[in-house]
Amino acid sequence: MSGARVRWRKFVSNFMMTMTGLCALISVSVLFFILGYLVYNGGTSINWAFFTQLPKPVGEIGGGMANAIVGSGKLLFAASLFGVPIGFLGGVYLAEFSGSFVASVVRYAADLLNGVPSIVIGIFAYAMVVLPFKHFSTFAGAFALGLMMIPITLRSTEEFLKNVPNNLREGAMALGASKSKTIRTVIIPAAYRGILTAILLALARVAGETAPLLFTAFGNRFWNNSWSQPTASLPVMIYTYAVSPYEDWHRQAWAAGLVLLGLILIINIVARTILARGIAVPRS
Amino acid sequence: MKRLTGLLVAALTLAASVWADNDLLINGAGATFPYPIYSKWFDEYHKKDAKIQFNYQSVGSGAGIKQVTDGTVDFGATDGPMNDDQLKAYQDKHGFPILHFPTVLGAVVPTYNVPSVSSALNFTPEALAGIYLGKITKWNDPAIAAANKGVNLPATDIIVVHRSDGSGTTYCWTDYLSKISEEWNGKVKKGTSVNWPVGLGGKGNEGVTGLVKQTPNSIGYVELIYAAQNNIPYGAVKNAAGTFVKADLKSVSEAAAGAAKSMPDDFRVSITNAPGKGAYPISTFTWLLIPEKISDAGKRDSIKGFLKWMLADGQSYTEQLSYAKLPKEVVEKEKKAISGVQ
Amino acid sequence: MVTTSTTYGSTGPAARSRSFLSKLRDGDEIARLVTFLFAMSVVLITVLLVYQLWVNSALPRHKFGLHFFATEVWDPIADEYGALPFIYGTLVTSAVALLLAVPLGIGAAIFLAELAPPRISDALQFFIDLLAAVPSVIYGLLGAFIVVPLMRTVIYPALNKPLGFMPIFKGPSYGVGFFTAGIVLAIMVIPYIISVSREVLLSVPRDQREAALALGATRWESTWKVVVPFAKTGIMGSIFLALARALGETMAVTMVIGNTPKIAASLFAPGYSIAAVIANEFTEATGDLYLQSLIALGLVLFILTFVINGLARLLIVVTTQKGSGVTR
Repeated sequence: MSGARVRWRKFVSNFMMTMTGLCALISVSVLFFILGYLVYNGGTSINWAFFTQLPKPVGEIGGGMANAIVGSGKLLFAASLFGVPIGFLGGVYLAEFSGSFVASVVRYAADLLNGVPSIVIGIFAYAMVVLPFKHFSTFAGAFALGLMMIPITLRSTEEFLKNVPNNLREGAMALGASKSKTIRTVIIPAAYRGILTAILLALARVAGETAPLLFTAFGNRFWNNSWSQPTASLPVMIYTYAVSPYEDWHRQAWAAGLVLLGLILIINIVARTILARGIAVPRS
Repeated sequence: MKRLTGLLVAALTLAASVWADNDLLINGAGATFPYPIYSKWFDEYHKKDAKIQFNYQSVGSGAGIKQVTDGTVDFGATDGPMNDDQLKAYQDKHGFPILHFPTVLGAVVPTYNVPSVSSALNFTPEALAGIYLGKITKWNDPAIAAANKGVNLPATDIIVVHRSDGSGTTYCWTDYLSKISEEWNGKVKKGTSVNWPVGLGGKGNEGVTGLVKQTPNSIGYVELIYAAQNNIPYGAVKNAAGTFVKADLKSVSEAAAGAAKSMPDDFRVSITNAPGKGAYPISTFTWLLIPEKISDAGKRDSIKGFLKWMLADGQSYTEQLSYAKLPKEVVEKEKKAISGVQ
Repeated sequence: MVTTSTTYGSTGPAARSRSFLSKLRDGDEIARLVTFLFAMSVVLITVLLVYQLWVNSALPRHKFGLHFFATEVWDPIADEYGALPFIYGTLVTSAVALLLAVPLGIGAAIFLAELAPPRISDALQFFIDLLAAVPSVIYGLLGAFIVVPLMRTVIYPALNKPLGFMPIFKGPSYGVGFFTAGIVLAIMVIPYIISVSREVLLSVPRDQREAALALGATRWESTWKVVVPFAKTGIMGSIFLALARALGETMAVTMVIGNTPKIAASLFAPGYSIAAVIANEFTEATGDLYLQSLIALGLVLFILTFVINGLARLLIVVTTQKGSGVTR
C-alpha cells in the first residue's frame, strides 16, 4: 500500500468530512437567520397582552392572540389523537406483519397522501366533515391536520422498526415471547427515539399549515367554546394579518410566528422528557 | 403504556365536556378588502350587545359566495356582485333569493416605481389599457408622456404586475378596463381572475406592492386603503368627465353619488367610470350577502339590527380606516330593503 | 427480514399445535388484525380522496379530455383551461429544491450523526426540527423580502454573466421565478432530510463502522461506503418526504414564483405551480367548470406524484440490484 495513496485517501476523508460540516453550518445558519428575523420583526409585539387578549380591530393598538394560541393547541392535540395512532399502528403492521405486496401498496398510498397540497386536503375535509354538518368546526380542522400527519408517522415508524437488529427479535423469541409481546416490549422501545422524532416532525409540519384550516376550522375572533364551532389558530391569524395593509398587524404576524415556534419547542421538550425511557439499544 | 392510557382518558373527557353553545355566534365569510372595517364594526357591535358574536373571516369573495350558498355560513361578503347564474344557484338550492347590501366604497389605484420620477403621474384610460394589454411597452411612450408634460420619463421597459389570486380588486380593475377599452373587452374581459396578456402575478395586495417596490420601472394596481396606509406612490386617472383625479375618500364617494340615481333595486351595480367632475373612475361598492329568509329568529333579528346600525353609526367609522362611506341616497334605499329580510 | 411469525412461542421440545384461542389470548391475531385495519385505513383515505377529486373534476375531463395535459392556456373568462404550464413549474421547482436540499441535507446529517459530539448534535437537531414548524406563510414572506432581492441583485448577476449563454440561465430576472421558488422550497424541505437521515444513520449498529475502520478504511470511506448504504432506504425515505412536501407546497411558492402560467426554459423566468394556482384561485373561483378545472389540477398532481414515486422506486430497485455489497 503506497504512502501516496494512503495520504490521498486521508486527504479526501478530511476534505469530505469538512464539507459535511459546511453543510451543517449552512443549514443551521439559515435557521438562526430565520429565527433572528422573526425576533427582530415580531419581538416588540410580544407582551403579556399578546398572550391573554383577544384580537382587536385595526386602529386600536394592542390586542393579542390568546384565542389563536389556545386554538392551535387544541387543534394540534386533536390532530395527533387522530393521525398518530393510524400512522403508528399502520407502520407497525408494515414492519412486523405484512407481506411485501400489501406493504408496497400502503407505502405508496402514504407517499401519495403526503404529496397532496395542503389546500386540497382542506377541500377534502370541507367536503367530508363541514358540508354534511353545515358548519365549520374545530373537529374538521383537526381531521384535516391529522390526515397530514399520517404519512410521515407511518413511513418513519415502519423504517425505524425495521432497523431494529434481528438479534433482539431472536432473543425475545428464544425466551418464548409471543410476537405481539415482543413488539410491545422490545422492538418498539428500541425504535422509539426515531419514531418520536418523526411524530414531532409531523406535528411541527401541521402546526404551520394555513390552507387546510381556512376551510375547516375557519377562524374566530372570539373565544371558541366547543369543538363543533370554528376556532382561531395561529397560522390563520398570521396569514390574515400578514396580508393586511397595517404595520401593526404585520408586526403581530411576525410575533405570532415566533409564538408558534415557541409552542412547538415546548411540545418537543415536554414530549421528549415525559416519554423518555431507558433506551434498549446503546447508541453507536 | 399506563401513561398513554391516562393521557387518552384525559383527552376524551376534555372532548366530551365541551359541546355547549353559549351566546349567539353568527358566522360570515367573504371578501378580504372590507375585512378591516367589518372587524371594527363587529367589534363595536359586540360592545353594544355582548351576547351576539359576529365572526367574519376573509377567505375571499368567491369562497364567501360559495359558502353562503352551501349554507355553511350565515352571511357572505363580496367585492364583485353575484352574477345571475350564482343568484339562480342560490335560489334553486334554498328556495328563496339572497340579497345584496352595499356597505362601504373602495377604489383601486395604479401604483408604480419609476426611479427618475418623484411626482404623481397622470394616466389616461388608453394608457392603462395599453400597458396592461402589452401594447405600450416603454415608460416614455407618447400615450403616457402626453399626460405628463414636464416629467422626465425614462426609455425603459415597463414591467407589469397584476394580482395572481382571484380578487375583487382585480374585478374592479378589469371592469374599468373593459368599459374604456374595446380591445380589452374583446380580448380579456372582466373577472376576479383573468387571462392576463402580460405581467407578473403577485399574491394579494401586499404581493403586488412588494413586487412593485422592489422592481424598478414597474406598475401595478392595489386598493386605495393599501396605498394610503403604506405610503405608496400612486397616480391620478382621467375620469369620464376628462379630469385627472387622484383617488381619495371624496372622489370615491362622488363616483357612488353619481351612480346612486340609477341604482337598481337589488343594489348590484358597477360604478367604474362614473359620471361626475370629481369622480374617481375606478371605484366600487362592496356588499354583504344576506339570505332573504332566516329561520333562526335570534340570528335574523341580530342581523337586521346590525344592518340598521351599520347604515347609521357604522358609517362614522369608515373614514378613519380610509374607506369611503355610502352616499345618502343609497343609505335610504337600503334602510327600506332591510325589511325584506324575514 | 423478520422470521416467520408461526415460530413465535412455539419453539421448544413440548410444542403442540396451538389452538386459535390460545393464539388469541397471546394477542398475536388481534395485534395483526388491529394494525392491519389501521394500515388499510390509510389506503382507504387515499382512495376516498382520489375518488372525491375524480368525481368533482368531471366537467373538465369531459370537455377537454387528454387535451388538458397539452394546453398552455389558462383563461377563467373564456373557460379554457390547460395544465401544462403548472405541471412544468411543479416539476422544475421541485427538481431545483431537491438538487439543493439533498446534498446539503445528507451532508449535514452525516456531520451530525458521525462527527459532532452527541450533545451538540442533539442540540442542533432540536433547532433544525424547529425549521419544520415555521409556517409556510412566513417562509413565503421571508422569500419575498429576502430571497427575491437576493436573487435579483446577487445570484442572477453572478450566474447570468458567465453562464448566460445556457438556456437555463438566460433572460432577465425579476427576482421571482423558478429558481427563487426552488431555493425557498429547498430551505423548507431540508429539515426533513436532515432529521430523518440523522436518526437513521445513528441507528446503524456500531459494529458496521468498526469493521470498516478495522479493515483500514478512512473515516469518510467507512461513512460513505458502509454506513450510508446501510441506511440507504431510510435516507431515500427522507428524500421522498422532502419531494412530497416540495410538490405540494402551497403558500410559500405562490409568493415567490411570479405566478405566470407560461413555460420558459430559463430558471430565472417567472412561472406557476399546481399547488400555487389552486391556492390562488380556488377561493375566488365561481363557475363550475373553473372550480372543477382547479380540482382536476389537484388530480393531475396526484398522478404526477404517483408517477414520480414509481420511477424513483424503480431507480432504487435497479441500483440495488447492481449490488452494493452490503447485506443486511
